[in-house]
Amino acid sequence: MPHLYNEMFDADRAVRPHYAAIAEWLAETPPARIAQHRQAADLLFHRVGITFAVYGEASGTERLIPFDIVPHVIPGERWDALGRGLRQRVQALNRFLHDIYHGQEIVKAGVIPATEILGNAQFRREMIGVEVPGNVYAHVAGVDLVRNADGDYYVLEDNLRTPSGVSYMLENRKMMMRLFPELFANQHIRPVDHYPDLLLETLRGVAPRKDVSPVIVLLTPGHFNSAYFEHAFLAQQMGIELVEGQDLFVRNDTVFMRTTQGPQKVDVIYRRIDDDFLDPLAFRPDSMLGVPGLLAAYRAGGVTLANAIGTGVADDKSMYPYVPDMIRFYLGQEPILKNVPTYRLRDKEDLDYVLAHLDELVVKEAQGSGGYGMLVGPTASRDERERYRQRILDAPERFIAQPTLSLSVVPTFCGDGMGDRHIDLRPYVLSGFEVNFVPGGLTRVALREGSLVVNSSQGGGVKDTWVVD
Amino acid sequence: MLSRVASSLYWMSRYVERAENTARVLDVAWRMSLLVKEPALQDQEWFAPLNITGTLFPFSGRHDRVCAREVLHFMALDPENPSSIYACARQARENARAVRGSITSEMWEVLNSTWLEMQQMDEGKMEARGISAFFDWVKERSHLFRGVTFGTMHRDDAYEFARLGTHMERADSTARILDVKYHILLPSVKDVGGAVDYYQWSAVLRSVSAFEAYRKVYRDVITPLKLAELLILRDDIPRSLRFCLNQVFDTLGHVQNAQSGETLRRAGQILSQLQYGRISEIFAGGLHEYLTEFLESMQDLSSNIQRSFFSSGSVE
Repeated sequence: MPHLYNEMFDADRAVRPHYAAIAEWLAETPPARIAQHRQAADLLFHRVGITFAVYGEASGTERLIPFDIVPHVIPGERWDALGRGLRQRVQALNRFLHDIYHGQEIVKAGVIPATEILGNAQFRREMIGVEVPGNVYAHVAGVDLVRNADGDYYVLEDNLRTPSGVSYMLENRKMMMRLFPELFANQHIRPVDHYPDLLLETLRGVAPRKDVSPVIVLLTPGHFNSAYFEHAFLAQQMGIELVEGQDLFVRNDTVFMRTTQGPQKVDVIYRRIDDDFLDPLAFRPDSMLGVPGLLAAYRAGGVTLANAIGTGVADDKSMYPYVPDMIRFYLGQEPILKNVPTYRLRDKEDLDYVLAHLDELVVKEAQGSGGYGMLVGPTASRDERERYRQRILDAPERFIAQPTLSLSVVPTFCGDGMGDRHIDLRPYVLSGFEVNFVPGGLTRVALREGSLVVNSSQGGGVKDTWVVD
Repeated sequence: MLSRVASSLYWMSRYVERAENTARVLDVAWRMSLLVKEPALQDQEWFAPLNITGTLFPFSGRHDRVCAREVLHFMALDPENPSSIYACARQARENARAVRGSITSEMWEVLNSTWLEMQQMDEGKMEARGISAFFDWVKERSHLFRGVTFGTMHRDDAYEFARLGTHMERADSTARILDVKYHILLPSVKDVGGAVDYYQWSAVLRSVSAFEAYRKVYRDVITPLKLAELLILRDDIPRSLRFCLNQVFDTLGHVQNAQSGETLRRAGQILSQLQYGRISEIFAGGLHEYLTEFLESMQDLSSNIQRSFFSSGSVE
């Protein structure tokens, strides 16, 4: 078995059939022309303003997320299989969320210990017993997938709170269509541009009242937020109002927005603000981003929030190992998508194993995010491992560990030439009246050679994703 | 549309217009300062810009002398003066940034690049370029912004609120510019109608680009009465108070809501006084008094606009 899966080349270095067109283009196009294409992409992204504000950088500058023109190509049949797995997984997660905020049957059945749920910082007592339209909690779910050396897909993590990046998926596709019209004409690459329509339909489907045409808004923290471009982009594509906390107020369990024609009732809020900042009367009192009284209106059924409050308990790394159990419990099916084998360091057996194999494993905090604060055993220095060992010993229950996955690679432009770089894939699953998704998703690529860290906040880039038939 | 967005569009436009008008006011003072006069009256014209913008007090707190250099710095470049050209450029750009989704990219680019250039500006560069050339640049950027707005913006409520801001500010500023002459005294009563008086009034006319219009309409020497009539009561001069209030009333009509009845009435009242006023009556009561009262009613109208459109649903 090769130690890496190359998306474009097989073990004999022959081009895989679904990459034939791209390989041919790369081979036949003179370097100067290729450079031209790459520059054109850069310029366009800058002009349109598709940048990413990075926290903590001096002067809070906006940076361009590097875009690589070599796409991540997936054969249609493979994608269909993945799609079935995604649908199954997200359905189970929504069932789980409904269950833990109601009867907690999965706890009663002994599948998940009560402490794991009730002791989870993301579990929101305020949601106990609250009814939500369609029993859907995670309307937008980003499921991060990676491919191991054996060619199998694994779910790296679920993102059920405010998953972002879909605007880059859409802009990448637009860019590629501009740069490679011939390639689109000669193959069938499944379209993704209807995502905003699907999202709008999803949001419409979960309005609190079915009789009227629902008023939908996108709630953003404002233009200082790193994902603001995406908020504005999606609102504009869906034709809905982009609002900030100060534009809304609650009266009689109803949410209104302040307009020049007077207050207007709001039915569905696609909120891109964390739970903690949503309502200063219910959560963080110092939040200037939220709407006082929003939780009360939500609990009274006066407004739908997408995603619901309290979904964080399900996308937590400590809950991740139980997802296959959820699929079996709620759907009575075997999971289609594989979980990465995960050690829970709160278990003595797992803890001992992990400490003995620190140089082989990836260790992360169960409730962290963004790739920070994790240990990549094989590439860490002795010192780094020692320091991390201390952190673990201080509070083992906060950590989980997984074997290092050798993520698949796709040829990527770097410096003057091309090199194989690790990628992951984030499809976006929409759950409303029904479950929907567009083919593919956002492919993120680690730009440093050998690096497994794909996050844009740490220097990762993006590629277009092609599902071809 | 969202009240907050409407408010930002309104203020974005007001700040652009304010920058232009500050440049015009300073231009009048600058031209007048170039006239030969008695040493006792040196720099006297520099009080005018401060008085008509009501900024004499904050100015005195930071500067010892009223003279060209100090006033120019205060009103053109001082970041701490909220009405300086510098501050207006910054505010216009900040308001635009908050509502980028509601303006065209060209509108944004004009305001953004104006601000970037303004940030690089200092006295040295201003003098090197020429004081008048600097004022011309400010006016050009304002013209460009208006042109881009008029030429590229979709005619929806966003457009209406932007136009409302422009004309509210312009009416306010025109009234203040007309008042400049009040604050610049002639050496003595016998100088009224003399050469200095003539140059001062023509400076006012040129600063609002109405010199040629005056000539065409009146075919006569410049008299204060006719100049005031031109800029207050005529409906065919784009800077006149009547023209601006016409636009304001029109715009309010397009965006009216359940709460704006009183606002519309007040605007209509101010407009009809301009439509049916007589310049002789205005002068009989005193031009300065008339303009002061006008500015007060504009301030009042502005508060009403704020209440009717920008603060809906406030906690009762």
